[in-house]
Amino acid sequence: MSAKLSVNGLGKRFATAKGHVDALADISFNVAEGEFLAIVGASGCGKSTLLRIIAGLEPWTRGEVLVDHRPIRGPDRDRAMVFQDYSLYPWLSVLDNIRFSARLRAHSRGISNIPADAEQRAQLLLQLMGLNLVGHAYPHQLSGGMRQRVAIARALLGKPAVLLMDEPFGALDAQTREVMHDLILHVAALERRTILFVTHDVEEAVYLADRVIVLAPGPGHIDSIWDIDLPPALSRTQELKRSAGFMAMESRILERIRATSSLHSDKSLLCALTN
Amino acid sequence: MHLRRLGPTMWTIRGPLSRRRYASIAVASFVLWLAAWWSATTLQLVDPLFLPSPGAVVRRFVSWLTEGDLLRDAGISCFRVVAGFLTSVILAVPLGLVIGSYRPVRAFFEPLLEFARYLPAVAFVPLVLLWTGIGEASKITVIWIGTFFQMVIMLSDDVARVPQPQVEAARTLGATGREVMLRVLLRSAMPAMFDTMRITLGWAWTYLVVAELVAADSGLGYAILKAQRFLQTDRIFVGIIVIGLIGLGSDQVLRWVHRRVFPWAGARTA
Repeated sequence: MSAKLSVNGLGKRFATAKGHVDALADISFNVAEGEFLAIVGASGCGKSTLLRIIAGLEPWTRGEVLVDHRPIRGPDRDRAMVFQDYSLYPWLSVLDNIRFSARLRAHSRGISNIPADAEQRAQLLLQLMGLNLVGHAYPHQLSGGMRQRVAIARALLGKPAVLLMDEPFGALDAQTREVMHDLILHVAALERRTILFVTHDVEEAVYLADRVIVLAPGPGHIDSIWDIDLPPALSRTQELKRSAGFMAMESRILERIRATSSLHSDKSLLCALTN
Repeated sequence: MHLRRLGPTMWTIRGPLSRRRYASIAVASFVLWLAAWWSATTLQLVDPLFLPSPGAVVRRFVSWLTEGDLLRDAGISCFRVVAGFLTSVILAVPLGLVIGSYRPVRAFFEPLLEFARYLPAVAFVPLVLLWTGIGEASKITVIWIGTFFQMVIMLSDDVARVPQPQVEAARTLGATGREVMLRVLLRSAMPAMFDTMRITLGWAWTYLVVAELVAADSGLGYAILKAQRFLQTDRIFVGIIVIGLIGLGSDQVLRWVHRRVFPWAGARTA
């Protein structure tokens, strides 16, 4: 399979008063077409920064990012991003939020209405994301889970080469998150979209992804890459999360994150204090 | 059935208060002040030269309205406020938008504006008279000086407060810088900008009165000054109260417009 997205020797260095600090160093990986790749890691490892660089939202200092073998320069519609929250346009209805990118393109060509195929796709996504009943509602009338469905539909409208998701379910409660997991698996399979997904929730990463990258801090680098050997997306159910194979995989990845994390509490001190 | 209420009362900090109770307390406060005013004058606790009775003020209001030119004075004052205020709006909205959008523009203007807004607008009156003479332009210019600098800073903050994900989502959906500014930042900040304008409109009245006290031959501020010369305290009261009522009225109208035009702005969480 050809690489839809290639990250080659990517680095990000800050200049500070005391010299240089490396936020990310020498990060290289490929994402195949149609692949679902999750990035996990201890807090402060730079996983969000990495995603934002790929989105073109943040400057970097070394290496390159290729989408369809072409180096990226800034943000563009081939790398639509889903954020954790606060990204919907509160003055637009659900449908108009989904149509946003098509509207932009139509306006830049001097047309006031979006083309028929884009309108058709907006309606399809509305249905696919289970939003048909709230198409004319406004974001503030929706629950957090419904809002994220709108944000995903909006990002999918322009058929991005890579869909970038930055902790998209981080602000949702556990039950809503489970529903969203099954939804995104089906949408990913149906749309055959290439997805790069950042999360701190290892269970989520293992359940959703074909491969999981563990990023380690100080400076941010790839610690390990895990192939997730699970049944195909459409036959996964929530019960899978309780299976032995799943839990073993999850705990091995968690172990790596713990080993690379700089956050530790002094167990012996805590024990001494509580006794 | 009598409901026993447990837990926080209305005297708890940020405790619950029904709309009805709020309304009755508000009315009570108004009645109380009016009663205090009325009894102070009826019992002749104060010289009517200092504090005219409510009745005298009402009578003066009626006679000024029917025999005098209260409407003309109020009209010319409203015109000056609206003209000065709109001049500020027309210049401040684009400037505030650009300052709130581009950091270098903010760096260029912000220190300047922060300095300018501490320049007392009132002290500019003699200078403005020197520059523009005693015509309408002088009054409008004083109001402009008093509102413009504050307004630009507040509007640019409204733009800067638009949630960053709204901006970044637009960029990953293919929006150019110009499109982000006009289709996201301006649209998203509009309710807050409208509120900023509503608040600054109140200040415009302050500067109007200052301008009219110094150089005018018409308007409510001028009428107040003239009444002082003739020791017509009741007329001063009418002038002040009329300005207050116009301010209150326009504020309520703008609040209503805000609710109608930006129904989505109630909850800024999406």
